[in-house]
Amino acid sequence: MTRIVIDPVTRIEGHLRIEAEVQDGRVSDAWSSGTMFRGIELILRNRDPRDAWVFAQRICGVCTTVHALASVRSVENALGITIPDNARLIRDLIAGTLLVQDHVIHFYHLHALDWVDITSALKADPGATSTLAQSISTWPKSSKTYFKGVQDRLKAFVNTGQLGLFANGYWGHPAYKLPPEANLLAVAHYLEALDWQRDFIRIHAVLGGKNPHPQSYLVGGMATALNPDNESTINAERLGLLTQLVQSGQDFVSQVYLPDVLAIASFYKDWAAIGSGLGNYFAYGDYPTDVQNSPATYFLPGGLILNRNLSTVGTIDQHQVAEYVTHSWYSYNEGDKAGLHPWKGETQPNYTGPQPPYEFLNIDEKYSWLKSPRYNGQAVEVGPLARMLLAYAQGKPNVQSLVNGALAQLKVNTSALFSTLGRVAARAIEAQVMVNQLPVWLAQLEDNMGRGDLSIHDNTYWDPGTWPNESFGFGFHEAPRGSLAHWIHIQNGQIANYQAVVPTTWNAGPRDAQGQRGAYESALIGTPVANPEQPVEILRTVHSFDPCLACSVHVVDPKGREYANVHVM
Amino acid sequence: MDERAEVLKDGIWSALDRRGVSRRNFLRFCSVMAGALALPQRYAPVIAKALEQTHRPALVWLEFQDCAGNTESALRASHPSFADIVLNLLSWNYHETVMAPAGKAAEKSLHDTVVQEQGQYIAVVEGSVPTADNGVYCTIGGRAAMDIAKEVCSSAYATIAVGTCASFGGIPAAAGGVTGAVSIGQAVPGLRLINLSACPMNGANLAATIVHWLTFKELPATDNLNRPLFAHGDRIHDACPRRAHYDAGQFVQEWGDEGHRQGWCLYKMGCKGPSTNYNCPRVQWNDSTNWPIGVGHGCVGCAQPQFWDTMTPFYHTLPNVNGFGVELTAEEIGIGVVATVAGLSAAHAIGAGVKRQLEKPRAEKEPSAPVDASHPLETAPTNSQQVPQHNASSQEETPL
Repeated sequence: MTRIVIDPVTRIEGHLRIEAEVQDGRVSDAWSSGTMFRGIELILRNRDPRDAWVFAQRICGVCTTVHALASVRSVENALGITIPDNARLIRDLIAGTLLVQDHVIHFYHLHALDWVDITSALKADPGATSTLAQSISTWPKSSKTYFKGVQDRLKAFVNTGQLGLFANGYWGHPAYKLPPEANLLAVAHYLEALDWQRDFIRIHAVLGGKNPHPQSYLVGGMATALNPDNESTINAERLGLLTQLVQSGQDFVSQVYLPDVLAIASFYKDWAAIGSGLGNYFAYGDYPTDVQNSPATYFLPGGLILNRNLSTVGTIDQHQVAEYVTHSWYSYNEGDKAGLHPWKGETQPNYTGPQPPYEFLNIDEKYSWLKSPRYNGQAVEVGPLARMLLAYAQGKPNVQSLVNGALAQLKVNTSALFSTLGRVAARAIEAQVMVNQLPVWLAQLEDNMGRGDLSIHDNTYWDPGTWPNESFGFGFHEAPRGSLAHWIHIQNGQIANYQAVVPTTWNAGPRDAQGQRGAYESALIGTPVANPEQPVEILRTVHSFDPCLACSVHVVDPKGREYANVHVM
Repeated sequence: MDERAEVLKDGIWSALDRRGVSRRNFLRFCSVMAGALALPQRYAPVIAKALEQTHRPALVWLEFQDCAGNTESALRASHPSFADIVLNLLSWNYHETVMAPAGKAAEKSLHDTVVQEQGQYIAVVEGSVPTADNGVYCTIGGRAAMDIAKEVCSSAYATIAVGTCASFGGIPAAAGGVTGAVSIGQAVPGLRLINLSACPMNGANLAATIVHWLTFKELPATDNLNRPLFAHGDRIHDACPRRAHYDAGQFVQEWGDEGHRQGWCLYKMGCKGPSTNYNCPRVQWNDSTNWPIGVGHGCVGCAQPQFWDTMTPFYHTLPNVNGFGVELTAEEIGIGVVATVAGLSAAHAIGAGVKRQLEKPRAEKEPSAPVDASHPLETAPTNSQQVPQHNASSQEETPL
């Protein structure tokens, strides 16, 4: 038995450590640990709830905006605010844009190097690469000359001897199966995606002022001024730019991202039987298509699937969410076996791990800064695969046709979805579903403006003097990595308690009081490891979840330090 | 052929060309960099010449208590081909978020740079460094962040702190934090240090700092907070395109009101531009597409130290803003303009509801006058005093 440690797990957001036991060439057990803690929710206490989104957004700069959205929704939920339709549309557009961009970046820049051997691309025949490219897509950058240029550029880079970010990769590992032509194609698209993501995200700059960390959210709506007759607001010129950027997203996802994923997947079909994990899938659902915010109108529906049974979809009640700290570096007043609903969330940092520098964690005790969220006591997986399964099982035609098309192209059945490869494919399918919807929301925004509806904010409860003495709010969002929710307790106009339960906490959390593994830990079991010194297979399954660790570590401490609010100008 | 030999033999143009960077793009880059650094355009060829002669220096990017927002911002930095230039002109050896190797292989990349490029490489630091409890709040490869920071930054030619967390402690160091978070400058004193603050920093400023170093063989001039003057020399308020509205007393009074739709000054909605030094209005974001004030939300002062405590509550009006230029009577002029503009907009007849909203405030113009007397140029209420006034204004004042 060999104990493998991967720390840092790279090509993710944040600080993740994986320890795994390998027996007979396969992972027999695994432990997932978050190794960084900031305490942002503690810092949020006693502050103005209208400021909370600015703070909460800094939980993560990769999935930027998602915490801002969950935060304003939590306050609006607490105060009973209904936002104007334009604000709903702008939020849908910002969030949907992030989802698409983030999925593309994840595939090409964070995940692809687990499947793509860039050194093999040096041996590719550019003509054969061109033939391959044209057989899977109508994307215009597909000539032999183009791929020859990319290959020459790569050769020149390698010949400098300074490999930079690509030095010490697991190149030549036997788990890499792509032919040289497919590797060259992927390298070309790695570079193209780097340019594309930069351009596409300008949608955030138009509607949010900047990216990362857009700055146009407000409790009660958005600060994105609309006026077709002013040069400094969202006007016809800006709408034209948005239309063009949305189109570039549709082109890139449908002609590059989705075809690439399916082409690469066809060489890795064995990974459709690896990395299944828990088999329980959860989503709140999101992207309301009307103002009233009723779950039935969600563009991405929520629900619960247990034991991979797609014939039964359960409904979600946020009151059934609880967090455990049995194996997390916190303690609960009523004992570390308890599970607490976030409104009653309590956490006292209690580091009991080894003092740095250390070699191994005490996996039998506490071993992570992440808590263990459970739904009705069940460990569940969240994310694009969960959402696509829920939409598929509930008969959403746009999702069904894309999923069935992918399954048919790869000649596999639905059981292939419950896997490492299934997560990768579901993410690409979800990007396609979402990018197809962006023009719909944009057109609705244009229609509203055309009718003279320029409303973006409901001022009724802006003044804290209009608020009740005490209120509780729940704000959710289906972020790129999965189900996110913020719980807020407001007292006398200030934040009394704030708690975020985020996608990567669901997926990367440690074991709970019953010893149930989290989604990563569960999915890693059975993963093959050809060479423990180069555990690229473990990275494949971990990366298939798109980890985001900064998001997932958080704390609320009802007995936290008080602070004096300072105003020095 | 190694790179140095390649450049010596064929020159930088051929070398760049082989890596897909056209001469035109390269010169445009140098020109943009001259602009970003506030240098005269005649410096563009100087920059080009400096980069021609430069062997690719190594850079390592450390992430501690961070959100990776500065990493993302670096990826967003745009024209011309920032990624190309950085990939080709620097050897970007370690950066957890984007590097190929993981675990021990990744640590080797860092170790090799520290040993082989001793005193020659740039260390970029993103995120604060936790000092409490023996550093258990951030470990990488089992090592405390502080331990890594000391080793890597002390051996670097210079350290560039990206973002307000690395520059000043940022959000983990805000009131209520318990991890003992400090800036890299506090964690490892005595470094040759540049603080690129803001949340996140603008990737264009990082590129400009690096190019400045490559060009002049020294780091850019800084203010007393180690921030480059080219990026932090000016107050946002002074370069703000909405400044004329401030001077004219044209303020947004309520989110989504007519003033908001006319792009007026956001001072009364809590904008911190008057207290923030940053080139946000000039450089803007995402290929100069927009910036926060441009979209209609106030500045939150993110480039300033301790802004999470000193600039909050974000929606409270800044007290003590020094007046200059047009004086208080401008407020009254402003009111006249409000009425005129409202009339013009109404003429567009974009909707009955809009018209109603436009007509209402004109009828209610009178009561607003006493509240407007609290113009910042005249009075300097404390923040706590300002709160009820602010809230009162949103109810009593014209929703123009």
